[in-house]
Amino acid sequence: MERTNFGYHLSEGWRSIFTHGFMSFAAACMIVACLLIMGCFSLVALNLNRMLDDLERENEFLAYIDESLSEEEARALQSSLESIPNVSSALFVSREEAMTAFMEGREDQPLFRKLPAEVLRHRFCIHVKDIEKIGTTVGIVEQVGGIADVRAELKIARGFVTLRNIAGAVALVLITILLIISLFIIANTIKLTTFSRREEISIMKMCGATNWFIRWPFVFEGMILGLVGAFLAFFLQWGIYALIQNAITRSGEISIITLIPFSSMAGRVLKTFAATGFVIGTGGSLLAIRRFLQV
Amino acid sequence: MIRLIDIHKDYDNGTKALKGVNIRIDDGDFVFLVGPSGSGKSTIIKLITAEIAPTEGRLMVNGYNLNTIRPNQVPCMRRTLGVIFQDFRLIEKKTVYENLTFVMRVAGASPREIKKRIPYVLQLVGLDRKANHCPSELSGGEQQRVAIARALVNNPNVIIADEPTGNLDPQRSLEIMLLLERINELGTTLLVVTHEQALVNRFSKRVVAIENGRIISDGTGGYYHNGKN
Repeated sequence: MERTNFGYHLSEGWRSIFTHGFMSFAAACMIVACLLIMGCFSLVALNLNRMLDDLERENEFLAYIDESLSEEEARALQSSLESIPNVSSALFVSREEAMTAFMEGREDQPLFRKLPAEVLRHRFCIHVKDIEKIGTTVGIVEQVGGIADVRAELKIARGFVTLRNIAGAVALVLITILLIISLFIIANTIKLTTFSRREEISIMKMCGATNWFIRWPFVFEGMILGLVGAFLAFFLQWGIYALIQNAITRSGEISIITLIPFSSMAGRVLKTFAATGFVIGTGGSLLAIRRFLQV
Repeated sequence: MIRLIDIHKDYDNGTKALKGVNIRIDDGDFVFLVGPSGSGKSTIIKLITAEIAPTEGRLMVNGYNLNTIRPNQVPCMRRTLGVIFQDFRLIEKKTVYENLTFVMRVAGASPREIKKRIPYVLQLVGLDRKANHCPSELSGGEQQRVAIARALVNNPNVIIADEPTGNLDPQRSLEIMLLLERINELGTTLLVVTHEQALVNRFSKRVVAIENGRIISDGTGGYYHNGKN
């Protein structure tokens, strides 16, 4: 494209948005609607993922220390435990601390009242980085000298892994389906706008316009509509998210759920919306105009 | 220059639109192509503008061999032609000035050339005061003059007018034909397709008559239909 024509095509594309006002409005609305649907679903998936992350971080297992080791010797095992690849932290819990924790809520029960702390063992509370590898990590910890026993709730850990995998797969499939449906709807909307201008295209062809001379204004028009739609969708998404966040905070029952603040994702959401709007706007225009160029 | 040598055109539905047509139009000629509906006039226009390809025969337009032309050369070939249609085919959402601008842009004209050329052409067709009007604000005759200005604006070698007076009353038709005659006098080749016998007979020009896909007469001085003047 020549530089002198760049300005011409851009201004033609811009003007065309207003001269075909209703169709432009329809196309922009479709882009906004599709981005909003995809955006809402992606944000729900992102928050679920974050909640699962938090829950996984709570997952820990206990490594009991051999009773023959003194407290100092037991504490000294911390560095060897933390040097195991998947271990994120190993917190020492003395038998006295363990007894205090055990007695919480059981103060009224006479059976436990005179229980000495020696019935319990020193232990390490171990958190892992990757919950999927917890089985292997437990095996390694069991091999460390001075560790008498390990108690890990592997079933719960596996449950988390399965839940995350299912949630991830469902999110991926649904987002892909939504994206395909959105592209289809937008391409058809733009095709409708282009159809109303097929006469104009055939006149241009008859006057000796090349296919790209005809395409450029449509491409710019689609690009502008896509970007405008993306910005509108971004601000609407922000508003909807804030409303939901406020509703959750105000409600007593589900206020335990903490959503990721929108401001921390705003940059990424804007970039994603702008990129998607740009691609579906320009791509939709190119696809839609293709069949009308065969004159 | 336009040359059709033994041109045949068969459509997919089996219609034999042209059966061995030979026409030679030299630079500067003014030619009427006449004939009844369905005789093959429109097929000849479509062949010359490369909308369709001949089934058989050789076709040359302004130095381009349309039998071997590459698709990317078609726009360049079309820029050597100016086409006027019966239904004007102006872009309704553009003003008269813009309708001409985009045709010059297509040909790669600079904004300076456009500013210089369009007022001249609009003056030539008598529409210099209507530059900022939209086609819907103009009469049929004025719209056809815009179409003529559009055909003329890139200074083409040949102007093809397909039933240019078909939608106009006799007075406006005569005005349009006089304008086309004037354009021809300025050096542009004119091929006017029509079936208006009275109008053709007013001008002493070459008339090529076609019927059932065959040229039945080619001469100067009148519209011969079914062997009668």
